[in-house]
Amino acid sequence: MTPVISISNLNKTFRAQDGTVVNALDDINLEVEQGEFVSLIGPSGCGKSTLLRVIADLIQPTSGTVLVNGKPAEQARKDRDYGFVFQSATLYDWRTVIKNVQLPLEIMKYPKAERDRRAREMLDLVELTEFEDKYPFQLSGGMQQRVSIARALAFQPGILLMDEPFGALDEMTRERMNNELLRIWANLKNMTVIFVTHSITEAVYLSSRVVVMTPRPGRIFELIDVSLPRPRGSGTRDMDDYFRLTSRVRHALRGTTPAANDAPVRNEAIE
Amino acid sequence: MAQSTRQPQATAIARAESPPADRSGLKNALMIVGIIAILLILWEGAKWFAAINNYAIALGPLHIDLTLLNNTQLPHLADIIASLSEPAQRNGPPLWQMLLESVAFTFYSAFLGFVIGGIFGFALAVLFAHVSSLQRGMMPFVVASQTVPILAIAPMIVVWMGRVGDVTLAVPLIAAYLTFFPVTIYTLRGLTSMPPTALELMETYAATTREIFFKLRLPNALPHIFTALKLASTASIVGAIIGELPSGIQSGLGIAILNFSRYYNQSPSRLWASILVAGLAGILFFSLIALIERLVVRWRPVESK
Repeated sequence: MTPVISISNLNKTFRAQDGTVVNALDDINLEVEQGEFVSLIGPSGCGKSTLLRVIADLIQPTSGTVLVNGKPAEQARKDRDYGFVFQSATLYDWRTVIKNVQLPLEIMKYPKAERDRRAREMLDLVELTEFEDKYPFQLSGGMQQRVSIARALAFQPGILLMDEPFGALDEMTRERMNNELLRIWANLKNMTVIFVTHSITEAVYLSSRVVVMTPRPGRIFELIDVSLPRPRGSGTRDMDDYFRLTSRVRHALRGTTPAANDAPVRNEAIE
Repeated sequence: MAQSTRQPQATAIARAESPPADRSGLKNALMIVGIIAILLILWEGAKWFAAINNYAIALGPLHIDLTLLNNTQLPHLADIIASLSEPAQRNGPPLWQMLLESVAFTFYSAFLGFVIGGIFGFALAVLFAHVSSLQRGMMPFVVASQTVPILAIAPMIVVWMGRVGDVTLAVPLIAAYLTFFPVTIYTLRGLTSMPPTALELMETYAATTREIFFKLRLPNALPHIFTALKLASTASIVGAIIGELPSGIQSGLGIAILNFSRYYNQSPSRLWASILVAGLAGILFFSLIALIERLVVRWRPVESK
């Protein structure tokens, strides 16, 4: 089976304002299989968002190839193979909640009845049915982001690209959104998710694989498989494996490896 | 758990939505009445103060002439109101009737100019938004057009329209000349200023230029366009009044103002009455646009300026 996303020898350089060349992405190679939940994590400036935008064909790479569903990224974008969720919800202020969810369906020329049906289904999925006639300014930040997820899923793309979607939310809301995202992902069988984050716990909690990136130049430092059992829930965060994995990601981000006897240490008192 | 957290949010939203709008309307109305009352008191108070001091006061070595405030220079408000019911010319209709006819004529020209200028200004902005080289090349001329005094442009338009065939078109065109500028500037800003992700979202849908225009740029521009139209509404009335002066037309508020200013010394209240009517026409036009804005732009939490 061909991978859903296949990136080889990808480079991206920017010319900064002062004329210096910035190596945003340096020889990136990555393959993502169908149904995987892959997080890209790294400090700011490591190129994780740039990588996501290259996959989405919102940015052109300097060299290298990006295949999405076996096609060049541009063709995949034109075929509407993916849904994109931005860090800010990016709802259109002048559209009600349901009209925002219907936006891609309008552009893709779905008949009216189908638009209504799908938008309602998606709002049901993100549990915002009773808010369908509200305007975005009447919603909280977390609710706005849920609408934006519903919008990205409305046309049933096989791939969901998410650029720090919960980065602006408080910790409590973020954890709730993590659970909702996992629930949605479990409902939509075989959907591939690429998730950019700078939160170690979020990356480990959600992913089947974590891609650790380092800055200047933006490189993949390590790929870490997360084999925590699913479905995940509040119990997951208490597992020893969870601590072991977050510690491993943390070390990878520092460019060190955990020592062999570096057993997971919990800060709280042990029951 | 999800249910229990969502409920208070819903009620908070419901609470935020309902009553404050009405109360702010009442507050605004009271404010306007209050300001009018203060202006009336200042006007009559200044006249009263000047009268009891025989139109001159001495502040130490300084002698201040207050004849500006006497009845032939600054009429009593009651006299201005009273003049409305007196005939403007011997055996003619009362002043209010004559001013009503004038303002209707001028308002018609202003509205026509508003529509012409609005459409032209909008079209220019759409063109500029899509062809950036055109924007760079033509914007200086658009700006320059507004620095030339309208008093210099107006007679030319009258002469040109006379040659082309219809002088009556001159006044609306002069009004349009003042109208199109704010519409172009604000519309252009509205069509182009949005978060980059709003445009990227359209790219992820592989949307066409046309779809981006109608589903993103145009609705994004609407609040800006209404700001422009409010400015343009009053500008179009000024344009129509000024446009009437060199036009040779014998009706309109501009002509009335011109005539009454010649006889200011005999009867100042008639000019003041015309100014009052011109101001009211501007407020009426402005309020009309603001009302339409409120009906169209409903996605804003608070009223825009």
